[in-house]
Amino acid sequence: MGGQTQELTADVLVVGGGPAATWAALDAARAGADVVLADKGYCGTSGATATGGTGVWYVQPDPAAREAAMASREGLGGYLADRGWMTRVLDRTYANINELAESGGYPFPTAPDGRQPRNGLQGPEYMRRMRIRARRAGVRILDHSPVTELLTAADGSVAGAAGHRRQAGHPYRVRAGAVVLATGGCAFLSGALGTDTDTGDGALYAAEAGAELSGMEFSNAYGIAPEHTSVTKTAFYSFATFYREDGSVLEGAASQGGRSVIARELLGAKVYCTLDRADPADRQAMRLAQPNFFLTFDRLGIDPFTQRFAITLLAEGTVRGTGGIRIAGEDCRTTVPGLYAAGDAATREEICGGFTGGGSHNAAWAMSSGSWAGTGAARYALGLGRAAHTRAVRAAGGAGLRPTGRGGVDHREVIAAVQGEVLPYDKNYLRHGDTLTASLRVLDDTWRQLRSGLRGDGRDAIRARQAAALAANARWMYRSALARTESRGMARRLDFPEQDPAQHHRIATGGLDEVWTRPVKEPV
Amino acid sequence: MIELVSAARCIACDKCIRVCPTDVFDRGTDGIPVIARQDDCQTCFHCEANCPVDALYVDPRTRPQPVPHHEDELADSGLLGSYRARIGWGHGRTPGALQAIGPAFGTAPITS
Repeated sequence: MGGQTQELTADVLVVGGGPAATWAALDAARAGADVVLADKGYCGTSGATATGGTGVWYVQPDPAAREAAMASREGLGGYLADRGWMTRVLDRTYANINELAESGGYPFPTAPDGRQPRNGLQGPEYMRRMRIRARRAGVRILDHSPVTELLTAADGSVAGAAGHRRQAGHPYRVRAGAVVLATGGCAFLSGALGTDTDTGDGALYAAEAGAELSGMEFSNAYGIAPEHTSVTKTAFYSFATFYREDGSVLEGAASQGGRSVIARELLGAKVYCTLDRADPADRQAMRLAQPNFFLTFDRLGIDPFTQRFAITLLAEGTVRGTGGIRIAGEDCRTTVPGLYAAGDAATREEICGGFTGGGSHNAAWAMSSGSWAGTGAARYALGLGRAAHTRAVRAAGGAGLRPTGRGGVDHREVIAAVQGEVLPYDKNYLRHGDTLTASLRVLDDTWRQLRSGLRGDGRDAIRARQAAALAANARWMYRSALARTESRGMARRLDFPEQDPAQHHRIATGGLDEVWTRPVKEPV
Repeated sequence: MIELVSAARCIACDKCIRVCPTDVFDRGTDGIPVIARQDDCQTCFHCEANCPVDALYVDPRTRPQPVPHHEDELADSGLLGSYRARIGWGHGRTPGALQAIGPAFGTAPITS
């Protein structure tokens, strides 16, 4: 674990390596900032986007089409989204995608009618291109360099970050004028496709610096995958019929609008499906659109269009939910000076309200918020000038790095304890006040133990920090879910099945040893 | 999970070691990557997609398989390197993205 600490300086430090991080780095560099991007894994393969493929909320600037796009999810999201932000995101996404097509080298397909649909991206190709673009703009990329904590200046503003370069084998610090957290959401190491790097680290680091979160009750998305596999590409299950073990059709089960039926059945039995509603043309189109969807079937010798196969639901937490770091301005600043948030690390309530941001909306948000956060962080940092690098700094990390008591807590035990409360369908998907309260008792106890006794050093520091982040995210989730005594968006409560007009507001949360929530009545 | 690194095919370019987002591989003394942390493999297939000589095989199941895969059988069945071929990476191939026109889903919003 030894090795001397590598000291770096930058105007802007971007933490993360997915679409939001690369757009942030690119636009910060274009705004004249010297940029370092530090990724836990490898910028280009890390995260949910690189591994899969995604629709994009790309809508022509035609007033009727834009109006329809904005109206389509407002009700589903419990009317918590914001038209102003939706308009901005539609504009920015349109511009960014066109740039990707015209100068970014992304090979969009051409349809038989000669038009070029630009509302979908294949993950590996997209993120490969984004890495190249960031490098060409002068961004210094540090791969396999998990950030483990933020650095703060005496006035409380964020002034950089520290971490460990796990393949080089030494610690490092970056003194920066501003930091963009684009670390992804939190899927609790459930095994959902490409999300093992999405452990909610950014939310933990932000909270330690004093930032707030929002919408954490919108965190119980589950994706469909063939049993014992990783490929949670749920869109194609629109073509599925779902069956019980005895071959009878599972009535009411559907990919959209019937996933809770699947969850209930899975509590006591297996569920099978066949993609038997896809005609031959659909089948061919599906193969071309998402080749990774078929890896599982081809390698296991299953024909998904004619044969029944067992499925499971994998938790996608705030990756497909919409909760995250609260945004405090149009440039995606947080409530802490010098700290910006983008992509799934940030709340996506601005455009999704309480409904899933899965697929097209999250992709649009990632590239839009990334661009804004990068530009905003650059402006802030350039305003500070070189003095930013000589500020006295304090390491802000707590849980998992600086235990308050004796050691002895194993990060694997922490992860198992948290997963035991957030993965089961009858605790997280089918939420009830009683189960939420019981889970919070376990999670609060887990937090107390880890705060006192969990410690990781060197390349193991990130494992301890991930475990702490999972526990923190779970507590914000359930405390927010308990505070919303109604059903709105995806935050449904068995004990409060109706939407309550008096709770038409967002819920902010935060805190570490003591978790708090409060209703947010003012508009963003 | 990653199940196979073919020493016969591997050219020790280190690419899989570099691109694995969960840092599963170590460099062996002979330069051939070693699956050092299989438990950390998230079955994302990125190593396969990036391997220029189709030396890697990721089983779609997310737990280690008790019976080892045979390289010759995987090659004969066309599975070795199949993901890289499908996304059109490698010399002389057409990027898969150029042909990625998905099926129509009707009017329902696509949410995943």
